[in-house]
Amino acid sequence: MIRIEGLRKSFGARTVLDGVDLHVGQGESLCVIGQSGTGKSVLLKCILGLEAPDEGLILWQGRPLDRHARPRFLDSFGMLFQGAALFDSLPVWQNVGFRLRQRMSGQKARGIAIEKLARVGLGPETADMMPAQLSGGMAKRAGLARAIADDPQVIFFDEPTTGLDPIRARRINGLIRGIVEETGATAVTITHDMDSVRAIGDSVALLQDGSIAWQGAVADMDDAAPLTGFLGKDTT
Amino acid sequence: MNPVRLSGRATLRGLRAVGAVALFTLRGLFHLRPLRPRLLAAQIFQIGWLSLPVVALTALFTGAALALQIHSGGARFQASDVVPAIVAIGMVRELGPVLGGLMVAARVASSIAAEIGTMKVTEQIDALVTLSTDPTGWLVTPRLWAAMLTVPVLVGVGDIIGIMGGWLVGTQSLGFNSASYLANSWAYLESWDVISGLIKGAAFGLIVAVSGCWYGMASGRGAEGVGRATKSAVVAAAVGILAANFILTGLFFE
Ligand SMILES: Nc1ncnc2c1ncn2[C@@H]1O[C@H](COP(=O)(O)OP(=O)(O)OP(=O)(O)O)[C@@H](O)[C@H]1O
Ligand SMILES: [Mg+2]
Repeated sequence: MIRIEGLRKSFGARTVLDGVDLHVGQGESLCVIGQSGTGKSVLLKCILGLEAPDEGLILWQGRPLDRHARPRFLDSFGMLFQGAALFDSLPVWQNVGFRLRQRMSGQKARGIAIEKLARVGLGPETADMMPAQLSGGMAKRAGLARAIADDPQVIFFDEPTTGLDPIRARRINGLIRGIVEETGATAVTITHDMDSVRAIGDSVALLQDGSIAWQGAVADMDDAAPLTGFLGKDTT
Repeated sequence: MNPVRLSGRATLRGLRAVGAVALFTLRGLFHLRPLRPRLLAAQIFQIGWLSLPVVALTALFTGAALALQIHSGGARFQASDVVPAIVAIGMVRELGPVLGGLMVAARVASSIAAEIGTMKVTEQIDALVTLSTDPTGWLVTPRLWAAMLTVPVLVGVGDIIGIMGGWLVGTQSLGFNSASYLANSWAYLESWDVISGLIKGAAFGLIVAVSGCWYGMASGRGAEGVGRATKSAVVAAAVGILAANFILTGLFFE
């Protein structure tokens, strides 16, 4: 469904991505792991068109994700940002229903927003709160509700559990797994957290020194030589 | 290094920056689809209505001080009775727009840069893109138009309040007769004096909003980046207003 070929991106003299090849199939849940600063977020930004790659191809449904194809891609896309990235100036329900309100009445969008909030475990009383009034965990849930509000076919999660305590992290992992299974959406999760990988992922890709050092099924992960350092480091 | 080469490079960099800002401004102004009247209204409230007290106070004190200055200055050549006319012309053509613009720059350029910079740093701008919404149309366009539409109104209100400040001082402490002070204020004022000041106001409003949006959008990472963006936006807006004022005054009155 999404295929990346030979992606390169440098900032000045610093090469961050140096020939990334990656593939995510329809309905697959892929986790991208890698140490801090290896360019996971840059990879994501290239896919979203927020950074222009120097070289390489990004294909979606077999076609290059260029200026013409990207709007259609984004229409069937949802994303949970690391810090939730809720719009401070809008109440929670308008955040969740942001995309819906572009094509339906406010009343209807609000109804759906409250439904999606309930799906992530937030009550209707949160609908009229402002993002600043939410705790970190609640904001993440609201961000998740916004990501799934318009029933996307592709969902990205950027470090969904970073900054959460283990109990909250487990809950978010469970929610994501549930949502991905329910909707059959294709999911890409960026994470440091091996618990997340086991909970959410079908497959894993390790980003290291600017390219994908290993990609395979989560089940095969424990036998993969390139991952040993990473696994050891994160499970201690 | 070779000085010619150095200055050439600096010139090129400067030109490129000017071009980029011009493009940013045009894109911001004409990204009109979809129309977002609610966002525009919110910005008109933020930029225009909430700046009113500051601009009014500035104009009041400026008009009053101007009356005192002209009275004592004019006394040197027995021309103290020009106070009403000079206060009116000075306020309307120059001090109303410039000081009003500078006050708006201090208040608005900083808050726009801080708001947009914070959105940038917390990935809210990226989030807009993923929600199929162009950040320019959602953030920049309403602010540019709101500032361009409301600052002339602020300048107009400031003109009137400034003239009233002069009138207060003139009648209360300089011994002018109230009715003749007002009559003299209007008598020598031409409509172009007023209109040129309002046009300046629109230009200054645009400069303020562009500075805020530009530095906000270019904001670096972290709180430090936002702080720097805020400072740069105010400085750029203030210098931009003074430079534009000089150019516009030359265009209008030479
Ligand atoms: N706009 C930019 N300009 C210059 N350098 C950048 C830019 N964006 C990212 N980088 C650099 O690219 C490298 C990779 O950054 P990136 O944010 O992708 O890391 P990451 O893998 O997401 O790390 P983390 O897990 O900490 O989020 C970093 O060294 C960063 O400094
Ligand atoms: Mg990152």
